[in-house]
Amino acid sequence: MRNITKEIRLSGSGGQGLILAGIILAEAAIHDGLNTVQTQSYGPEARGGASKAEVIISNGDIDYPKVTRPQVMLAMTQEACDKYVGSLSDDGILIVDSTYVTEIPSTRAKVYALPITRLAIEKVGKTLVANIVALGAVVGLTNIVSREALTDAVLARVPKGTEELNKKALAVGFECAAKAAKQPAGKQVVVAG
Amino acid sequence: MTEVREFGRLMQGNEACAEGALAAGARFFAGYPITPSTEIAEILAEKLPQVGGKFIQMEDEIGGMAAVIGASLAGLKSLTATSGPGFSLKQENIGFAAMAEIPCVIVNVQRGGPSTGVPTAPAQGDVMQARWGTHGDHPVIALAPVSVKETYELTIKAFNFAEKFRVPVILLLDEIIGHMRERVQLPSPSEIEVIDRKKPTVGPDKYYPYQDDGTGVPPMANFGDGYRYHVTGLVHDETGFPSNKPEMVKKVLDRLHNKLAKHAHEIIMVEESNLEDAEIMIFAYGSVARSANRAIRNLREQGVKVGLFRPKTIWPFPGEQLRKHLDNVKTIVVPELNMGQLVGEVERAAAGTVSVIPLNRYDGELITPAEIVAKVREVL
Repeated sequence: MRNITKEIRLSGSGGQGLILAGIILAEAAIHDGLNTVQTQSYGPEARGGASKAEVIISNGDIDYPKVTRPQVMLAMTQEACDKYVGSLSDDGILIVDSTYVTEIPSTRAKVYALPITRLAIEKVGKTLVANIVALGAVVGLTNIVSREALTDAVLARVPKGTEELNKKALAVGFECAAKAAKQPAGKQVVVAG
Repeated sequence: MTEVREFGRLMQGNEACAEGALAAGARFFAGYPITPSTEIAEILAEKLPQVGGKFIQMEDEIGGMAAVIGASLAGLKSLTATSGPGFSLKQENIGFAAMAEIPCVIVNVQRGGPSTGVPTAPAQGDVMQARWGTHGDHPVIALAPVSVKETYELTIKAFNFAEKFRVPVILLLDEIIGHMRERVQLPSPSEIEVIDRKKPTVGPDKYYPYQDDGTGVPPMANFGDGYRYHVTGLVHDETGFPSNKPEMVKKVLDRLHNKLAKHAHEIIMVEESNLEDAEIMIFAYGSVARSANRAIRNLREQGVKVGLFRPKTIWPFPGEQLRKHLDNVKTIVVPELNMGQLVGEVERAAAGTVSVIPLNRYDGELITPAEIVAKVREVL
């Protein structure tokens, strides 16, 4: 069996729920029968500061647990985008939340600018679920895990009583990804929302 | 919590430590939360009461360690969890536990130091402190897991060693191992060996709390079971009362050390891989061993004869196990997340027969496989 390993970096600011998003993505990989390691780095503060969650998904063993050259990167703040974009793989995919990332740094990766947080507010009604909208968009565009696995993993992690809200958030994310995928092929795809 | 039986589940290192403690029979935790160990306290605060155990958040780390000693004397398997600054505060009572022979487990999820250092970054800067942090010649066991699953296994081992030998056992995680989440399949309870401390077979009137029964480890009565005895950090005779007679002092210290030395082969656990034909050995432990494994895989693909020696038991140091390879390897590379600590023990074991090359990183980032590959290429 050929060893297929994917590195994913979810970055933003403390409080945006990116570590939870990383955990959910890793659990979705397990649902798909794959091996996974999730790590994180964050500052000492509970909110603010650049935060990142990293997930490695592989059909083989994973030794070194850190992401060095991600194929997929999500940036939910300008600061995180600028700080972490450098190591993104040239043939990788950068997904930015255009609500906060207004200047896209130069990269050879394919860029999708999606209004993730704005969609969470306008279509789901809660900023809080921006991380779940983001997961829907990331998986919708990359298929790093199956949609079924992601949905199961989200529903298993979120607080009781918020299932419908989170399902809706995922659907909004998937829909946004579908819209982005339909845009003419190019290095940068912008979804207005 | 998601659980997909055939595939295992996602678990954090600190969570595996808490679950391992429960599986080993731990029923008491006292401590003071500190990053990056806090999840252990959080999880045990929730789970210990569910199994009839007790969780206490004490006023500080010193109190936490003292409460652990008290609970263990009363018969409960006990632990505390902390990180660098808290580990420093616990040292005096760790020495007391060593001298009074109180079984207990101290988890130190290492972060950058000295002092409060870098709370959220990994380090391996407390390796020598685990051995010599408390004063005087004292017996100690320290274990360093490499993965989430091994954290679970070595937490159980830590309790088993503590109970069997009546010593404080230190579990040295680092921020990476503690905070990393991995897919794990834990063993079923029937596959787990759990050791409980030896209880006296005589009544309270015939019980001498520190009398060697021939094994070097005296049976231990629970406080509250009718056995009344004196517990002190002073050197003491069989009765538990202080003694400063030179022959007694020597006898006690010899017994405290021999009880571990006699069982060194049981206590010392190492992983050896790719060493059969290796010219270069990488000596690595904890999270750094994961980078070493990747480096070895890459180097082997390029035809470089390199292998891994990974101590799971840091203290007692596996000198004898290491020396077995010294006829074959020419160089030992020792990557560590500190300015060079265990490398000194490697040099001591090698005693000048092979060259020992340190590779150190102390900026709060994990040593990368590429850095290890580059160092090996440099010394080839």
